[in-house]
Amino acid sequence: MRGILSSTKFNRFFSRFLTYLFLIVLSIIIIYPLLITVQSAFNASDLTAFTLDLHMHWTLANFQQLFTQTLYLTWFKNTMIIAVSTMIIQVIIVTLAGYTYSRYRFKGRKNGLIFFLVIQMVPTMAALTAYFVLGLIINGLDQYWFLTMVYVGGGIPMNTWLMKGYFDTIPRDLDESARIDGAGHLRILWQINLPLAMPMIAVQALWAFMGPFGDYLLSAFLLRSPENMTVAVGLQQFIADPTNQRVAMFAAGSFLISIPIVILFFLLQRNFQSGLTAGGTKG
Amino acid sequence: MESQNIKKKSVRKAGLLSLIPGLGQMYNGQQLKGFAFLAVTIAFLIELVTIGIPAFQDFVTLGTVPIRDHSLFLLVKGTLQIIITFVFLMVLILNVSDARQVAKQYNTLGYVNRSARSMLKNIWENGFPYLLTIPAYFVMLFVIVFPVLVTLLMAFTNYDFYHIPPAKLIDWVGLQNFVNMFFLSAYRSTFVSVLGWTIIWTLLATTGQITLGILTAVITNQKFIIGKKFFRIIFLLPWAIPAFVTIMSFSNMFNDSIGAINQQVLGLLNYIPFVQVSDIPWKTDPFWTKTALIMIQTWLGFPYIFVMVTGVLQSIPDDLYEAANIDGANAIQKFTKITLPMILFATAPVFITQYTFNFNNFSIIYLFNSGGPGDVGGGAGSTDILISWIYKLTTGTSPQYALASAVTIVISIIVIGVSLLTFKKTHAFSNEEMM
Repeated sequence: MRGILSSTKFNRFFSRFLTYLFLIVLSIIIIYPLLITVQSAFNASDLTAFTLDLHMHWTLANFQQLFTQTLYLTWFKNTMIIAVSTMIIQVIIVTLAGYTYSRYRFKGRKNGLIFFLVIQMVPTMAALTAYFVLGLIINGLDQYWFLTMVYVGGGIPMNTWLMKGYFDTIPRDLDESARIDGAGHLRILWQINLPLAMPMIAVQALWAFMGPFGDYLLSAFLLRSPENMTVAVGLQQFIADPTNQRVAMFAAGSFLISIPIVILFFLLQRNFQSGLTAGGTKG
Repeated sequence: MESQNIKKKSVRKAGLLSLIPGLGQMYNGQQLKGFAFLAVTIAFLIELVTIGIPAFQDFVTLGTVPIRDHSLFLLVKGTLQIIITFVFLMVLILNVSDARQVAKQYNTLGYVNRSARSMLKNIWENGFPYLLTIPAYFVMLFVIVFPVLVTLLMAFTNYDFYHIPPAKLIDWVGLQNFVNMFFLSAYRSTFVSVLGWTIIWTLLATTGQITLGILTAVITNQKFIIGKKFFRIIFLLPWAIPAFVTIMSFSNMFNDSIGAINQQVLGLLNYIPFVQVSDIPWKTDPFWTKTALIMIQTWLGFPYIFVMVTGVLQSIPDDLYEAANIDGANAIQKFTKITLPMILFATAPVFITQYTFNFNNFSIIYLFNSGGPGDVGGGAGSTDILISWIYKLTTGTSPQYALASAVTIVISIIVIGVSLLTFKKTHAFSNEEMM
């Protein structure tokens, strides 16, 4: 498309200048806070606040301290376990449900879809007390599996909608011809539709994986003992106490947790556009 | 015709008989299925008599003797029993409709599946969609429906720090919590002030991220730009990095005395001629905390919109713009008449979910300044939104569980009502895929 600023009525040079100015200013606004956090992770001086310091002394001491004097590695492992199991369970459930609602016409289908839509809007995390009591009764407090199930359940409704929207965009002709050739339900799902839905499944997996890494509320509330905490809760402790701010350690921990996620994100981001526009626009 | 020789089964009779579950199936000649339904019913009846009825009784009283009766557990067990009963009623309805359907099938086809094998095959063939969605419903039943139900019920009790079981009993108090929230002056002023800020926050923060997202997408999508990929990667960073990391970092940077924003950014602005800014009380003045929150959320949330709108822009055919050029449309006309309507048409439902997301965006409010500064009564700080107020009501030193539940219900009604209305208005679901 032709850009809005490059119309003949505008001075061409002026519009290009404005465009680049916008891009560069926005880039600086994004890079600056990230840069000073990353830099603080390698800063040798005893920090109380992040600032951009061009003459600082670089060191890895913060990371060393993080590994030896805190439970960071344990938190990382905990978060990893929870994130991976959430991802596996949620992707399986959501893919099956989304596929069904896209491909099959059955009794109760429309009501089911409306149920998914409405339940998605209920702020389940506000039902904290109920989770606490439920956890108390089924002995799920301070347990990974309980938190995992809470994450999975919360992710199902919205993601099923997105998944269904994506399957809707995959043509049905293939199913039909396979059926005529005698393929059963499973074959049509497994050999025809799943491979075609791979981009969206990858996006779903990434989101389900990132959820536990980004969540603070539920993990802070349901996992109580320090050795069971997730990274988000653990890192927050470094800066929660105003009299004992371990800012550099926080920065180092944040840097480490962000690296794998950012890499995954950019590996899969090619899929986002198709996943989002297909799933999002159709509902 | 073969089928005329077979004695017809009465559909009505099959339906009526299966009011005692299983009889209808046996009438149809499906003994095995009949026994299965009968067994489920008997199991449920035994459960009802031994566990269910006492559970319902305790649910009504919520216990009579402190220590011995734990009101909270009784409430939860009652709720579970309600769910079990509901599931059984669904089985009952399924049972009646099954009996009628099989009778119909017998009349037209002249046979029914009798063997276990053919029945399983039938379930696989025709019940496949149900089999695939059962896991989703099963998890949602326990993780969403059940907690929401408990929360809903809790809103009608007096569960707070004066009534912590098992030392004290909880009682039903009807609409008292809602009355307090809307009419009791202390809670009402808190509720009104928190709700007011929640709405302002939702509108400004979401509109901010949508506006910046669209603007960035439209500008970045121009053909002549060099290094598009590079800018794209930078613009996606706020989305890629876990939000809690950036929020906590920002929290540090916005520190009044030592934070980078006051120390470095504002200091830099003073080099511009005629500009003179002094330190801003980001964390101690409610107005500036709110401003900071809105700016940070715009920063955090625009990449999502940017990606989506870029996708839409790339799908708009060039012919449209060429036709507009021939008609002599200027840049602004092309944007308002072609680009913007296309974007809004394709992404309106997602925009709505962004509004509901920010309405309940706990992380940024709590992690940036713990809802502070200051206090607007009822345990809420001046930048607390409803969801973070609920968190404080639930986890504070003098928890108000029942009030928190009542607020949750009010939130849910607002969010669901507004979303459904706007979804309907934007015709997001009027396409045939829904039906």
